[in-house]
Amino acid sequence: MKEVIHTPVQHVEEEEYNINMGPQHPSTHGVLRLLVTLQGEIVAKLQPHCGYIHRGIEKMCEKDTYPQLIHLTDRMDYLSAHINNHAICLLVEDALQIEVPERVKYIRTIIDELTRIQSHQLWWSSFGMDLGGLTCFFYGLRDREKILDIFEESCGSRLLHSYYTPGGLMWDIHPNFQKSVKDFIKYFRKKIKDYERILSGNVIFRERSRGIGVLTKEDAISYGITGPSGRASGFSCDVRKHYPYAMYDKVQFKEVLHTEGDTLQRYLARMEEMYESMKIIEQLIDNIPEGDHQVKMKAVLKLPAGEYYQRVESARGHLGVYCISDGNKTPYRMKFRSPSFVNLSVLDHISRNTKIADLVAIGASLDLVIPDIDR
Amino acid sequence: MKFDIYDFTSFNQWVDKLLYDALPPVWALIVEMTIIGLAFLLFYALVGLFLVYAERKVCAFMQNRLGPNRVGPFGIFQTIADFIKLLMKELITIKNSDKFLFNLAPFIVIIASFMAIAAIPFAKGLHAIDFDIGILYVIAVSSLGVVGVLLAGWSSNNKYSLIGAMRSGAQIISYELSVGMSLLTIIVLAGTMQFSAIVEGQADGWFIFKGHIPAFIAFVIFLIASTAETNRGPFDLAEAESELTAGFHTEYSGIKFAFFFLAEYMNMFIVASIAATVFLGGWMPFHVGGWAGLNHVMDYIPPFVWYFGKTMFVIWLMMWFKWTFPRLRIDQLLNLEWKYLLPINLFNILLMAFVVLMGWHF
Amino acid sequence: MNSIVEYFTDIFSAVKSLLTGMTVTGKYFFSPGQIVTQKYPENRKTLKMYDRFKGEIIMPHDASNQHRCTGCGICETNCPNGSIEIISARIETPEGKKVRIIDKHIYHLSMCTFCGLCVKTCPSDALAFGQEFEHAVFDRTKLTKILNQPGSSIIKGIEE
Repeated sequence: MKEVIHTPVQHVEEEEYNINMGPQHPSTHGVLRLLVTLQGEIVAKLQPHCGYIHRGIEKMCEKDTYPQLIHLTDRMDYLSAHINNHAICLLVEDALQIEVPERVKYIRTIIDELTRIQSHQLWWSSFGMDLGGLTCFFYGLRDREKILDIFEESCGSRLLHSYYTPGGLMWDIHPNFQKSVKDFIKYFRKKIKDYERILSGNVIFRERSRGIGVLTKEDAISYGITGPSGRASGFSCDVRKHYPYAMYDKVQFKEVLHTEGDTLQRYLARMEEMYESMKIIEQLIDNIPEGDHQVKMKAVLKLPAGEYYQRVESARGHLGVYCISDGNKTPYRMKFRSPSFVNLSVLDHISRNTKIADLVAIGASLDLVIPDIDR
Repeated sequence: MKFDIYDFTSFNQWVDKLLYDALPPVWALIVEMTIIGLAFLLFYALVGLFLVYAERKVCAFMQNRLGPNRVGPFGIFQTIADFIKLLMKELITIKNSDKFLFNLAPFIVIIASFMAIAAIPFAKGLHAIDFDIGILYVIAVSSLGVVGVLLAGWSSNNKYSLIGAMRSGAQIISYELSVGMSLLTIIVLAGTMQFSAIVEGQADGWFIFKGHIPAFIAFVIFLIASTAETNRGPFDLAEAESELTAGFHTEYSGIKFAFFFLAEYMNMFIVASIAATVFLGGWMPFHVGGWAGLNHVMDYIPPFVWYFGKTMFVIWLMMWFKWTFPRLRIDQLLNLEWKYLLPINLFNILLMAFVVLMGWHF
Repeated sequence: MNSIVEYFTDIFSAVKSLLTGMTVTGKYFFSPGQIVTQKYPENRKTLKMYDRFKGEIIMPHDASNQHRCTGCGICETNCPNGSIEIISARIETPEGKKVRIIDKHIYHLSMCTFCGLCVKTCPSDALAFGQEFEHAVFDRTKLTKILNQPGSSIIKGIEE
């Protein structure tokens, strides 16, 4: 017998009115419905309604074997597809006590950092576009195409790659990989200065983002906001530093921390992260050791019964994968701690008493990818 | 009949004589006005079409891409295709709106821009109305456009349109002050408000060079203020795509929306031509006082080519602003006007008056 | 006095930042040689995809119409969402042995997620990625392809 569930009617004060931003809206990057209660132009309260792109990935994981999980986690946060896959591969390799070759670790780190740069490029493009500087969209995407070309050459596709497998990589990198990556870094170091000239230094942009949507460090810690959004408030949460995996404990890079936690600091944190990623790649790209690209794995992978947790730093924050296995070849339960879901929870808190035009800027600075929220 | 490309006064007199000889005076006057009206309508439509195409191409080149390139060679028929599409769209009527005002609003905006363009000189003698208070007339008449915007927002019966219209209205009224005062600076330098006299007075150098610092500051302020007044560029919050609704013209569809769209581009053309006339010399070629050789060479290029070239240059500057900068919020916009542009403007007028009195201009 | 100085320095730094931004777009306006747009579909003849591009799954046949598929069904087991259906048949060879051959290797292009597990796990390397990407059709049944061509047979010597 099905029950009709009544959602309680929102209590509105006098002179307040509710509007819907989305699900289809040019500024919410994906299908997210924000029920905003406005008093004139000031935001009084905000209720996000997610679930428009829920595909049941966690349930589908229960019937897939461990190598087959890769094609599902690709599609969770599609802008950091490789990093999601990395989490699954680490989980399986850890549980089966498999040590991957050095070559695999190097390549995985380089490709992870390229993914991070590519995700931040798309974020920059849409951030500029949301604030009204439409040229930023085209510049960012034009440069992102270079990374996508590198991926297409080595992995076979631009967006949803399925390149990592438990035990190594699907196939070895293309011989042109090193040269393409080095060319890209040289090219991008010049272009990122363009980005700073056109948006970061612009007085209009600064006025629209300084002091808007302040997230204090205590709030960041208590809500669990990780990634560049949390680090801009001073919360040191980089998984690459605290729980290193792959080659991250052997390369030099800085964890980008700011203190004020407003939209401008979140923006600057991501721009600096792009520089740090390029530094990591430069340290690794020339020294990829020779070796095998895949450890010989059994045809059917069965994880010993138990609970496993693995964490990686995706472009949006701390991505956690929790797996309960009962000894079969498919997991009993998979749970993903997705960074965008947690980051969304703070949108209401920091956008109170800002104007509706600022809400767009705050939403863009938190870098939410909606399929990551809904899985 | 002497058709001189450099001086249209003889051509005008010939047409005038022809009409007055053939018809009784009242009819001749009516026929003359009809001819001029039709010529302006045609000009309006053609320039509107051209400007939409130019905006898309300029925007595309700044964004490292091609722009329209399929409909016709280099995409020149793209605007015509767009307008045919707009003509074929359904005119959605709203249930509880004030129908008369709803239908009237686009026309008011177009009429205001029509009246303003009638006073601009295109070449020597090619001048529809030559008031001796020309600049004052143009400023007064372009203020009528606000009425159209507010009526559009009010009669749509939509609270978001009303908010958008109120914001637009506040923006336009505030920036009209700056426009007026920067033009006042040049009137102080030129000594007259009549357009043809202003252009003649630039025969030995454009005002932006003659009036050096105050004229240059006035030009910059005029550019900023007129971009804001036409709801363009970084000041287009009222009709922005990533905000809630499309502002005061949300509820308009089809040909009425095309009117607002066209009126926005024509307003841009008008303010650009005012800037070109008042600051950059209108149809006067580039002369430097005293260099007879250079002046003679420059005189070979026909005046309306100079006029259109300067207007297109100013339009290109305005497009450059729009495609580079992010948007300003409404309170930052009004802040800019009342706290920065207005005091600088007042100071500038004082400075220009001082310069003129002391004779420190070229 | 301080506030007046601050007022003017604010204005100057603001104008400077705006002009810097304008130089970037102005530079791109004057260099149409840097335009990155590719005029597809007019450039189909010169368009070359990368070797590893995942366009669709194909079963390579050699010149004498022979492929490498034994009909073992490992690709069907490994496909995460059932985009492959193997219909095999048992025939008798001239030596009298009963062997399994592939009758129909049905590939649902409409459901494939291009994960590559079928290509990777095939023991006889029968499948590969093709580079054709223009798959749009008006009729959905055309997206179900049979990969082994009619009249083809397996290359001799492929072990099970």
